[in-house]
Amino acid sequence: MSFTRLLAVAKKEIVQILRDSRSLIIVVIMPVTLMLLFGYGVNLDLKGLPVYVYDRDGSQQSQDLLKHFQASEYFHVVCVVDGYPAIAKALDDGHAKMGIVIPWNFSQRLSEGGPVQVQALVDATDDNTANVLIGYAQAVVQGYSAEVQINWLHERGQSLQPAAMSVETRTWYNENLESSAFIIPGVLALVMSVIGAFLTSLTIAREWERGTMEQLISTPVSAMEIMLGKLAPYFVLGMFDVVVCAAIAIYWFHVPFRGSYVTLLVSSALFLVVVLSLGFFISVLAKSQFAASQIALLITFLPAFLLSGFLFSIEQMPVALQWITRILPARYYVSVLKQIFLKGTPTAMLYADLIPLAVFALVLALLATSSFHKRLE
Amino acid sequence: MPEANNSVVVENLVKRFGDFVAVDRLSIEIRKGEVFGFLGPNGAGKSTTIRMLCGLLRPTSGHALVAGYDVARKPEAVRQNIGYMSQKFSLYNDLKVIENIRLFAGLYSVPAKELQGRIEWVLAMANLKGQENLITGTLPGGWKQRLALGCAVLHKPPIIFLDEPTSGVDPISRRQFWDLIHQMAEEGVTVFVTTHYMEEAEYCNRLALIFRGKMVALGTPSELKRDSMKGELLLVECEPLGGAVEALQSASEVMDAAVFGNALHLVVPDAVAAMPRIEKYLADRSIDVSHIEKIRPTLEDVFVSLTTARDAAEERKP
Repeated sequence: MSFTRLLAVAKKEIVQILRDSRSLIIVVIMPVTLMLLFGYGVNLDLKGLPVYVYDRDGSQQSQDLLKHFQASEYFHVVCVVDGYPAIAKALDDGHAKMGIVIPWNFSQRLSEGGPVQVQALVDATDDNTANVLIGYAQAVVQGYSAEVQINWLHERGQSLQPAAMSVETRTWYNENLESSAFIIPGVLALVMSVIGAFLTSLTIAREWERGTMEQLISTPVSAMEIMLGKLAPYFVLGMFDVVVCAAIAIYWFHVPFRGSYVTLLVSSALFLVVVLSLGFFISVLAKSQFAASQIALLITFLPAFLLSGFLFSIEQMPVALQWITRILPARYYVSVLKQIFLKGTPTAMLYADLIPLAVFALVLALLATSSFHKRLE
Repeated sequence: MPEANNSVVVENLVKRFGDFVAVDRLSIEIRKGEVFGFLGPNGAGKSTTIRMLCGLLRPTSGHALVAGYDVARKPEAVRQNIGYMSQKFSLYNDLKVIENIRLFAGLYSVPAKELQGRIEWVLAMANLKGQENLITGTLPGGWKQRLALGCAVLHKPPIIFLDEPTSGVDPISRRQFWDLIHQMAEEGVTVFVTTHYMEEAEYCNRLALIFRGKMVALGTPSELKRDSMKGELLLVECEPLGGAVEALQSASEVMDAAVFGNALHLVVPDAVAAMPRIEKYLADRSIDVSHIEKIRPTLEDVFVSLTTARDAAEERKP
């Protein structure tokens, strides 16, 4: 191993990156864009869902119930209509997620103290949203129902017996139940995947395509020196982006950071080694920029997006998929990120994630090293 | 170790790609300080040979020693002793001239205290003084070739391999490039160069003609022109040319007939004896001969004659 040769390759790579506006855009603008996109754009919290109402009763009580819906931050009563067809149309057109129908005898039944049913028509195209919506609707109706009950008893000089049991909840780690706090730390895994696998797969395949690799390997530079010299600048850029993304998460989006900065850097470095090795390995096999970049995105970015637990919780995936996630390095990195940001888990308790990550880094680095030969065949 | 006066020794070198034999039992010895040309059409196996000699392709069988090192077993030792210019221009187009030079100086581990001197030397040699900060991709073809050669010899290797170094370069630049090659050879550098330009082959000390992976002739350009033709050469100026070629194909004496510019080159066993008979043969077919003479063959004649002979031999095989 000659440091002079390694340095020569690395210097050349840095000049090329600095001179290539596309690389710079990916290194500087892409991480910020992804952070903002996921910070603002992807919001799994359901708020202000559009609701259409068909009030067949038109009484004081029915208006009170609607006020409860309106007061809830989850619903936004867009429109009061006078018939089922209008509700059906609004649901069809996607103008409403839910239609509420109050029966004609609503106030009458209430004054009799009898049970009365309010109908909710829900757009269940997205079953998850629908379930959440039904839960919220039940909560609103139950809240109003309890109020009515208290008044009814009160008028008769009675008072409601307190319920035998109730749940007192306190949310930990993500106290305000904001999905952005859950999502943003994981964006780092996406950024690393793009920087690591996508960019490096391009840079090495480009050398094959342009014929410069042939000149390079005709010199005494060793395969290891080429690999390290080419990857080192991307490693530095990747770590730079880790710091940028973490700063945006903490200072812009106010995602709590409770763990250790050292652990953040160590786990990011390990994950970078994983994706850089993969990118290198792919480009050695594919030898064309287009094929290499497509494969790189397919096997790093996509799993990091869908199966890493970044957006969708792994525990809720089918068992088979859960097993598949175990062979995805991104899963362990995302898990570490979420824990050090939100929970402040001590490093000693993160070994279950850090060790697999280190093993992946080692195995893939060896694979990348052994895949590259200074031959044209 | 081979004798010290041989830079490259090739014995029965074979390269197969699947069923295709790209290089077929090639044996050559190249002396120190020689400009050795490898002449042949595209696809003849020139690049494949040069790549094997640079340790970039593994030979299927046979041996090759470059600077005394076996190319299959000691490719790294070979690389420290050679400079290589691949067929396609393959410096970095997005780097400046000086950045390319520094890169290759680093790759060849040129010592720091010698670096500035070597850079000056390469810039002077390639005639690129004052152009250090130009982006390589913007240079004209001839400049690029000189820069590529400069980068390949930064470490002062005893042997350089040039794969079609002047393809796509204008004639004046080509001439300058060959001056450079001879300059290096005078300093004792062995130059192995491939080309498909016949006129360029004349610049070489010795030539190997290669066709379909096989060496069909070996010698100095004048030896080849003198000895390798089967028969002698007649130049015939006549009208119409096309009709004459067709007619002469069936003349018993004519071994080969081809159009060269505005005249015909005929290969015949005995030129002086054939001259009057050819003239009559053409006159009988109302083709008007304005000039006929015995000429010295060019390398192209030699090459065409050797390859058509080989084609004919292969057709006769069952």
